[in-house]
Amino acid sequence: MNSEPVNIDPVTPTRVLVPTGMLGAGFTADSIRRGIEMGADAIAVDGGSTDSGPYYLGTATAKTTERAVSGDLRMLIVAAAEAGIPVIIGTCGTSGTDAGVDWVAAMVADILREEGLDRTVARIYSEQSRDVVLERLAAGRIHPLDPAGPLKPSTVERCEHIVGLLGHHPIVRALESGADVVLAGRSTDTAVLAAFPLMRGCAPGPTWHAAKTAECGGQCTVNPRQGGVLFEVDATGFTIEPLNPDSSCTPTSVAAHMLYENADPFRMREPTGTLDTTDATYVALDDRRVRVEGSRFEHAPTASMKLEGSAIGGYQSMVLVGVRDPEVLASLDEWVTGLHAFLVDGAERVLGLDPTTFTIEMRCYGANAVLGDLEPDRAEPPREVGLLMLATAADQATATSISKYANPYLLHFPLPTMRDLPSFAFAGSPAETPRGAVYEFVLQHVVELDDEYDLSRIEYDRVSAMEGAR
Amino acid sequence: MTATDDSRTIGDVAGLVRSKNAGPFWVTLDVFCDDDASFGLVAADGVVTAARVADAYRVDPEHVRIFRMPNIRVVKVSFPRRVSSGSALDHDVHAGQQHVPLQRFPLAAEER
Repeated sequence: MNSEPVNIDPVTPTRVLVPTGMLGAGFTADSIRRGIEMGADAIAVDGGSTDSGPYYLGTATAKTTERAVSGDLRMLIVAAAEAGIPVIIGTCGTSGTDAGVDWVAAMVADILREEGLDRTVARIYSEQSRDVVLERLAAGRIHPLDPAGPLKPSTVERCEHIVGLLGHHPIVRALESGADVVLAGRSTDTAVLAAFPLMRGCAPGPTWHAAKTAECGGQCTVNPRQGGVLFEVDATGFTIEPLNPDSSCTPTSVAAHMLYENADPFRMREPTGTLDTTDATYVALDDRRVRVEGSRFEHAPTASMKLEGSAIGGYQSMVLVGVRDPEVLASLDEWVTGLHAFLVDGAERVLGLDPTTFTIEMRCYGANAVLGDLEPDRAEPPREVGLLMLATAADQATATSISKYANPYLLHFPLPTMRDLPSFAFAGSPAETPRGAVYEFVLQHVVELDDEYDLSRIEYDRVSAMEGAR
Repeated sequence: MTATDDSRTIGDVAGLVRSKNAGPFWVTLDVFCDDDASFGLVAADGVVTAARVADAYRVDPEHVRIFRMPNIRVVKVSFPRRVSSGSALDHDVHAGQQHVPLQRFPLAAEER
């Protein structure tokens, strides 16, 4: 049952089980069992993305909670060990920092010991030091991606953490070296899913397209909440179907996934080339399976790695105050503008702050906080507004002092026409909440690589059930 | 096909209009139509244009990318975010609510 196939025909159809769009999001044991019964050759799942913002990369911490990630891992590792197939996890710990890989690796080691399993675990790291990035920059080997400009050394120096996006090569190397469980740092969502079929010799166009289609699990099905998918790639195309027998993929649901979180729905850049789906055809094989052919992959002349970096953009303090008075709501813009000007002036006058060193932002939730100056619909006064004041400064103490200074004015600031001082509704006591450091993504650049393994490191652990628990 | 005197908006005829980050520096908007007739209206010349998108979202028209995909009846619009995802002045970390201005585009062609 455990024997690994040798000398595989290059067109051997290869099936990858994708249990969910993100490790820690949860899935059912039934769905994994079904995927394995359907003949899965590997399980692959993504463990993160940049989508939740720069905080997780800036702090090298996970968005997901350990209990949820560990629960998902246990189900996958036990099922895969029984079936004798590998498990590949990408972008461990949300942002794929070294700490994220180690966080997942510690959970995996515990699970293997507790379950009495002997498995080889590969850890692939792709976090980059500022020094390495600065060296490549000085060598002229870092280039901007639209809409960024040329990278400045000072921007690199500001980064708390920098990761590079791994392609499939290091993952394939780990698998070929005998890894049963591959835990990768920051990787493209697609590389994690494409690695195993590419190792088997499946055609790159269909493989990358299948990987893009399945990267969010059930997102490419008609009911994304009903679990993951299984795809099969061969020499000419791929077939995809949901793990849940009651769900289905349709040509539209599959084709539409090329739109998802993609600026360009036809061309997608990967470390070793570009997937082009312009001529792809989507055909329903039956009421739940879709066959896709015609996707192409253009190999790039040299391998490259996209970089992501997160830097501290300041420290914040916030206050939430509720406004229900119809008189104020009827003149909301006037009230907020007056209050904002008063607070900016007071922070300079009373706190002695240089106005170029802080910002006070007023967001009127219930009126136009979400779209701000793009809000097209301001005709009617809102029924109620939650005014969120955000003070941003170079350190937490200054940001907090702005909130504390603002407190009585957020509570009582009147319209010029009011005969009494109003009192508004603070959401709680204390009214102010320190938010700590606020991070920002500052890299939108690629670095040229010496080869496909450059700037990545692989470590192996044979975790044996014979070792005592730590 | 060119619609000129329709008083409806994209939101009135589309099955779904959505927005999302495409990485931390880009936002992408998708208009899904349920039939060829509504796709024809949304995809018509002068309805979704770089100039209109630039005006509604206050971005540089040079950076606005528009895709029409008749096979799945989708019009897609992508442009760089004005501030990166989750930075101090960002109001919508996932850019999940940025579809509303596009939803309100008139089906009447812009007059240029």
